[in-house]
Amino acid sequence: MGKVVLVTGAARQLGGRFVRRIQRDPDVERVIAVDAVTPTHRLGSAEFVRTDIRQSAIVRVLAEHAVDTVVHLAVTGGTAVPGAGRSAVKETNVIGTMQLLGACQKSPTVRRLVVKSSTSVYGGTSRDPAVFTESTQPKSLPSGGFAKDAAEVEGYVRGFARRRPDVAVCVLRFANILGPYADSALAEYFSMPVMPTVLGYDPRLQFVHEDDVLDVLGLAAREPRRGTLNSGTFNIAGDGVMLLSQCSRRLGRPTVPLLLPAVTWVGAALRTVGVTDFSPEQIRLLTHGRVVETTQMRDTLGFKPMYTTAETFLDFARSRGNGLLPPERAGRAVDRVAGMLNADLTSAGPTVEGAQR
Amino acid sequence: MADAKVIPFDEDRPRRRPPRRVRVAAATEPEAVAPLPAPGAEAGTGPGGGSWDRRIAGGLAFLRRRVTGDYEVDDFGYDEELTDQVLMSLLRPLYDKYFRVEVKGVENIPKEGGALIVANHSGTLPLDGLMMQVAVHDHHPARRHLRLLAADLVFMLPVVNELARKAGHTLACAEDAQRLLEAGELVGVMPEGFKGIGKPFGDRYKLQRFGRGGFVSTALRAGTPIVPCSIVGAEEIYPMVGNAKTLARLLGIPYFPITPTFPWLGPLGAVPLPTKWTIQFGEPIPTDGYPPEAAEDPMLMFNLTDQVREQIQHTLYRLLVQRRSVFF
Repeated sequence: MGKVVLVTGAARQLGGRFVRRIQRDPDVERVIAVDAVTPTHRLGSAEFVRTDIRQSAIVRVLAEHAVDTVVHLAVTGGTAVPGAGRSAVKETNVIGTMQLLGACQKSPTVRRLVVKSSTSVYGGTSRDPAVFTESTQPKSLPSGGFAKDAAEVEGYVRGFARRRPDVAVCVLRFANILGPYADSALAEYFSMPVMPTVLGYDPRLQFVHEDDVLDVLGLAAREPRRGTLNSGTFNIAGDGVMLLSQCSRRLGRPTVPLLLPAVTWVGAALRTVGVTDFSPEQIRLLTHGRVVETTQMRDTLGFKPMYTTAETFLDFARSRGNGLLPPERAGRAVDRVAGMLNADLTSAGPTVEGAQR
Repeated sequence: MADAKVIPFDEDRPRRRPPRRVRVAAATEPEAVAPLPAPGAEAGTGPGGGSWDRRIAGGLAFLRRRVTGDYEVDDFGYDEELTDQVLMSLLRPLYDKYFRVEVKGVENIPKEGGALIVANHSGTLPLDGLMMQVAVHDHHPARRHLRLLAADLVFMLPVVNELARKAGHTLACAEDAQRLLEAGELVGVMPEGFKGIGKPFGDRYKLQRFGRGGFVSTALRAGTPIVPCSIVGAEEIYPMVGNAKTLARLLGIPYFPITPTFPWLGPLGAVPLPTKWTIQFGEPIPTDGYPPEAAEDPMLMFNLTDQVREQIQHTLYRLLVQRRSVFF
């Protein structure tokens, strides 16, 4: 018996890559790729169905192809259509999910549902614990933007899981996705020549690599391996944490610390001219940061990411080219000073400094 | 305008950040090296020019790692290298020369594994926590790092929150405390909170209520010992004779201190009095003998909380009797 996998949001970079990846799985017989716009990238042997998940036509697609696994990737911060407004994105996220879940509920063949969510559902304030677990209740719910969409989508998915206990539902809360192909708002932010930051705050950030995202989506869409369980809610993030200041130094892009209100204005201005999507939610991330626990991902889901947070960032930084102040040049400047003072840096490793007091 | 109130705080907290950009690297280079000499001198790297060369090289190697971003922080944002090299070095003059802190009973802190240090809180500004952090790091044979649990106000203030996270502090909540204890860290908590630090001068060395005793159940869940700690000397650094409650409410802070010098002398009034401090770590109270459900038992929690509180209070009285003078 082969599997029929339906992937929503296939016109986006990540969706397209996942469609191509899942076809190579020997257990998968057919892949149905769905999106409201025709993708610009190849989808391999997958069957592309152009339909808007906000419409009830999705019911027919599910029934026609006897889909048994639904991978819902159309929950995103932006759309594949450039210039589409925020309300259209919200509609695709929320109304689209409701339609899709309604269709899944009607379909007798659906056995498995995988939903891409985000760690932004935890919000992030100064009163939150430093590390979020899957069961942490957010202190203040996200008031708008993608975070609110994701929180609402998760609410509908929980409702669906209650009504259809026979369907295995897996919600994956991804940390900030980065990688050579990343097209998220954060990737755009890190590509700015000079990065505005919030004065007096140095947020802790966590990244997950695109390749790991595809791997874990594949893992969730398959039958669970022995000793693991792939239904439930899981945080997905690379090991370790990086501070924003550290990111800017490793990227070689200088930061401009601004007062919090000024960041909001600059963000609004940048958004108006269309440079980057600098939403209030992103400012929140850049103020308080967000770190999640990934024990469940390792122990229950049985997934081990290939890239740590730092490695993910390195891979991303390589693909973006040098900033204004590449770390190599900064390092060389220090070396030159050392040369002038005849100091030998190699002999003065951390061991010398560790010997203090 | 909450920042206005923080001016004194900033004074005692390490304000300087390591250089962010290369442009300033050359200018700040002597500064970045500066923190090293004092501690290095005691490390006994040998007299003469050799040790200076090594110190400069060490400072530059540190600077190189900072400007290239080649360092690690943990999940809580704790930057061990920055804390050891810069933040601690900035606090040390205050600790050694200004408050002349005397540390007793440091052997009561376990060599390894998690432990919860519970201390009294006083002094209008939380200098006592910072001094305790230096005390544990400098006097403990294993040079352990103390991870302090701080009030949410600390994490709301710009700059302060950043430095607090880098120095290894985190929000005082059960989740963070338990995570740190289970990771085998040394956690410091001051359960009196604002009631302790913001109490009037007349109430000095009278322990306030210990919250709801949440710290006991956290230690019990993690199975880590509780080390009571008594700090003498911090009460007198800013004798709080009044509290401008209306102003505090306006600024959104728990209290607005009025001391004989603050706010009358402006920033000068924010200089703490040079009192002589004593930090005494008491006998650890083991918590591993209790069944797992004990953490839910309110009676046991209250008893243990009282036991810790009594022990700290008694030690405080003893130290006060032994003290010759507030300043010497």
